Amino acid sequence: MSQDGVNNSRRLLLLGSTAAVGAVGAGFVAVPFLASWNPSEKAKAAGAPAKVDISKLEPGAMLTAEWRGKPVFIVRRTQEVLGMLEGLTDRLKDPANGNKAQQPAYADNLQRSREPELLVLLGVCTHLGCAPKFYAEVKPEPFDADWKGGFFCPCHGSRFDMSGRVFNGSPAGDNLLVPPYTLDGNTLVIGIDEETA
Amino acid sequence: MSKQKNPIMGWIDDRLPVTVTYEKHMSKYYAPKNFNFWYFFGVLSMIMLVNQILTGIWLTMNFTPSADAAFASVEYIMRDVEWGWLLRYMHSTGATFFFIAIYLHMMRALLYGSYQKPRELIWLFGMGIYLALMAEAFMGYVLPWGQMSYWGAQVIISLFGAIPVIGDDLTTWIRGDFLISGATLNRFFALHVIAVPLVIVALVVLHLLALHEVGSNNPDGVDIKKHKDENGVPLDGVPFHPFYTVHDMVGIVVFLIVFCSVMFFFPMGGGFMLEYANFEPANGLKTPAHIAPVWYFGAFYTILRAIPDKLLGVIAMGAAIAILFVLPWLDKSPVKSIRYKGIISKTLIPVFGIAFAILTWLGTQPSDGDFLGMINNTTLARWLTAFYFGYFLLMPFYTRMEKTKPVPERVTGGH
Repeated sequence: MSQDGVNNSRRLLLLGSTAAVGAVGAGFVAVPFLASWNPSEKAKAAGAPAKVDISKLEPGAMLTAEWRGKPVFIVRRTQEVLGMLEGLTDRLKDPANGNKAQQPAYADNLQRSREPELLVLLGVCTHLGCAPKFYAEVKPEPFDADWKGGFFCPCHGSRFDMSGRVFNGSPAGDNLLVPPYTLDGNTLVIGIDEETA
Repeated sequence: MSKQKNPIMGWIDDRLPVTVTYEKHMSKYYAPKNFNFWYFFGVLSMIMLVNQILTGIWLTMNFTPSADAAFASVEYIMRDVEWGWLLRYMHSTGATFFFIAIYLHMMRALLYGSYQKPRELIWLFGMGIYLALMAEAFMGYVLPWGQMSYWGAQVIISLFGAIPVIGDDLTTWIRGDFLISGATLNRFFALHVIAVPLVIVALVVLHLLALHEVGSNNPDGVDIKKHKDENGVPLDGVPFHPFYTVHDMVGIVVFLIVFCSVMFFFPMGGGFMLEYANFEPANGLKTPAHIAPVWYFGAFYTILRAIPDKLLGVIAMGAAIAILFVLPWLDKSPVKSIRYKGIISKTLIPVFGIAFAILTWLGTQPSDGDFLGMINNTTLARWLTAFYFGYFLLMPFYTRMEKTKPVPERVTGGH
């Protein structure tokens, strides 16, 4: 084919605009592929609140409930345990609930709970999502010589106190999450409070 | 050309370049004659790839990718499907031996500078294969839906949550749910059996095409194309087929003997290949007491754990893999092979290999234990992590500084 009289800038314009339209088209086609990875309507609907009977929960004991497929730790703390919370301030990353997203407003206090003794925590480590273990006894542990009771994550060694606040030197950066909950006598309802209801 | 051409081959060759391709890649691909033990692991990796693809296809015939049925279907394969146990153990043991071959193959590149100019692209494609292989192995380990499958997936996917701003939405998008669920299992199955294997096979083809374009390196790191005979054949080269095909068969047989010994007698590899906690069905409410990755991720897991900060830990782990990609541009040495490099490289290359092995070991151990009763695991992990990065980051300096030995004109030794 003869190359005489070729308008190069016109060719470039056609090439560029064709490529641009093609790229936009490819972008639109990508949407269903990418969006199909989002949680399905079924998964979104599976968020029903969980009701837990706590009448048999002894002081000092913990109960694990399931809410949205995740563990929720429920602890009835003793007065001694509550008395120790204040003294831990220096050893914690966020002793005063600086990160407001980690608890509802009614749990934004020293005990991080509605009723001082009843602790409700999402049992998902804020580091990489393992379920921490409950080490209630005040005694030296291999992971902490001055252990005052709390939660220890077996995966990467994050430590939390008896109100779910993270200790310094843990890979986790945030306190354990307090889920929304309401208390109706001896029935704890996880997933619903006055704000979400 | 004087040879009488087979008429059928001639007919095909006029339509598809079969003979030309065969000659380019086999009978007239001249490989250096001085290959040693380390040069077995490329072909051994390919054998393992074929093993994984073949046994993998057969496993999908009885595996059910759903949260309710996956665990039971693996037990069904193990107990009820004829020879199912063998196919599954070939696949699970194959993963370990694939990584053994790949790690030794990479060590070979480190020893003899096989990543250096003009083989940078070969190294990059190889790193792409390694990365895809890690994704493939991770997703494969999730499929049996045991406790380690579940919590391993939880930890690895949560790594993406460390990314500022988009982290949380990104993890939800990867999981396809607000927690690890059947949706996650199902998509990992699709990626594990279709998407990633296609990528790996494509990268292997590119890896080999790039290799055959520039030719193989050798333990002396000399260019065999500098000295050719009157026909243009390198004087130190031998045709890949039949010389190395026959030679490699010995290596393949020995490798398969070791493979079969482990597969038949130690299919769980003492808990390093199939972890004991994975014989318990996934339970989203209870993390196993000791959670560790399978051995081949150990080194990077150790680096993640060594750093007591979520984001920095994830960055360090990513950087440990990313830095391998730029290796060809970090090594400023005028010579390729460890044989002619200076004393610093000569010392550091084997030490790096040992450090990587110890990092791998530490990844399978609890972080609060002791290494051989001498040093706390976490302390050792931090020193070795510093060494790992130091080895690469200081490479441009010490490889330029040190005094190298003169490289011979022709290869030494060989057959």
